[in-house]
Amino acid sequence: MCGIVGLFLKDRALEPELGSMLTDMLVTMTDRGPDSAGIAIYGAEADGAVKLTVQSDTPEADFATLAVDLGAAIGAEVTLRANSTHAVLELAGDKADQARQAVRELRPGLRVMSDGAAIEIYKEVGLPRDVADRFSLSAMSGSHGIGHTRMATESAVTTEGAHPFNTGSDQCLVHNGSLSNHNVLRRKLKREGVRVESMNDTEVGAAYLTWKMQNGSTLGEALESSLKDLDGFFTFVVGTKDGFGVVRDPIACKPAVMAETDKYVAFGSEYRALVNLPGIEDARVWEPEPATVYFWSH
Amino acid sequence: MQTYDVAENGLRGLNAALQAQSDETNQTSWEVQNPKGSHAIAVGLDAPIEVTVKGSTGYYCAGMNQQATIRVEGSVGPGVAENMMSGTVVVEGDASQYAGATGHGGLLVIKGNASSRCGISMKGIDIVVHGNIGHMSAFMAQAGNLVVCGDAGDALGDSLYEARLFVRGSVKSLGADCIEKEIRPEHLELLADLLERAGANARPEEFKRYGSARQLYNFDVDNTAAY
Repeated sequence: MCGIVGLFLKDRALEPELGSMLTDMLVTMTDRGPDSAGIAIYGAEADGAVKLTVQSDTPEADFATLAVDLGAAIGAEVTLRANSTHAVLELAGDKADQARQAVRELRPGLRVMSDGAAIEIYKEVGLPRDVADRFSLSAMSGSHGIGHTRMATESAVTTEGAHPFNTGSDQCLVHNGSLSNHNVLRRKLKREGVRVESMNDTEVGAAYLTWKMQNGSTLGEALESSLKDLDGFFTFVVGTKDGFGVVRDPIACKPAVMAETDKYVAFGSEYRALVNLPGIEDARVWEPEPATVYFWSH
Repeated sequence: MQTYDVAENGLRGLNAALQAQSDETNQTSWEVQNPKGSHAIAVGLDAPIEVTVKGSTGYYCAGMNQQATIRVEGSVGPGVAENMMSGTVVVEGDASQYAGATGHGGLLVIKGNASSRCGISMKGIDIVVHGNIGHMSAFMAQAGNLVVCGDAGDALGDSLYEARLFVRGSVKSLGADCIEKEIRPEHLELLADLLERAGANARPEEFKRYGSARQLYNFDVDNTAAY
């Protein structure tokens, strides 16, 4: 099954509430996916800086001197903000690729969850409520965010297999469904030099979109071509630095409900994920059409 | 009138209370408060009672209904009135996928739009949709009537048996073995009755009728491309 939630705020006054609203939506979707949960949140961005969110199974040992070690390795100032098993490293934007490489050498056990100016991704195995509490998701603020509760079908229940997936700067994707041609696509993308780290089908979907955009497609065009090139069932919700998009495959058997008011656009796998949003009674609520791309941006 | 608050008293209690009603009940009128998109609201009822749900529901609302009249003052998730045997279900808002699937009898009215697979495998139910319906509707429908006052999506009536389909607006495409058929006086009469019972503001003469070409009933190797 899997559950997806998403919230894109039009009204900046709601930004401090983003984490708590998304957490409520996420926890409501627990019975669609109790294996793992994740959230991508687009928060404040620092000028010219990039945030790398990293995850460790042994955070105390790995994070203790990471900022200093990484700073020395890339010759730039690095700050570190630890949050349970995750930490957000902030550094100069032009050092992102160098830092990613240096992290791999300095701490082979670390996993990079996301990189980008605004995005931070937090994900772990376990019940959505426990994952949300562990990272204090409800205290986070931001302009938009996407969450996922996973019922594993195509790969193991691990942190790497949890959604969202970030395969390009500030891009992320969550997925309800299953892709049947992910192995052949993974091989093709790897040949093209695209980074794919897990055996998860969704990561291939995310990497496919990144690859398309690296080759000149807009996100809208990449989503359009995914309808042709991805085989299987999917409802995708994607995030970019300033945007939020939704697409369903042409068969559209994976559920999706959207709501829009003058304050926000919200997505849920089921309507009950949306019932506590402010003003939902008067929102325009609809089911996105199959094979149709929906996108909003700031 | 009996009122039941789902948020306060839970879903199991609601269905237990509604299912406990019999033909002789004097608790004939129920109001369900705070459904908040919950699944399986008012399922498996078998008594001539009236249930009003004050808000939107999740999956399988009013499933397996017999005798009861269930009105949803909101929208419904996938599988509303699935496998209904008799009675009436009215949805004031929209319905998600496979509304009225496999229904054997009774009347399902959707005042908004219905999504894909509306009336899939219907077996005698009458469905009246005031708005539009999505793709693959009435797939393998066997008996009953599907009336659509708006438009129909792709592959309407694919692999249809003897259900009758009436569409007032456009049909994006017809499924395998589904064809347009003439409207005869008995169809106008049938439509007039269904439209009236469903409270739909439409005239029978505005509809086109679709049905099975009956080419796929039995396997014929010459038809393999059409399956």
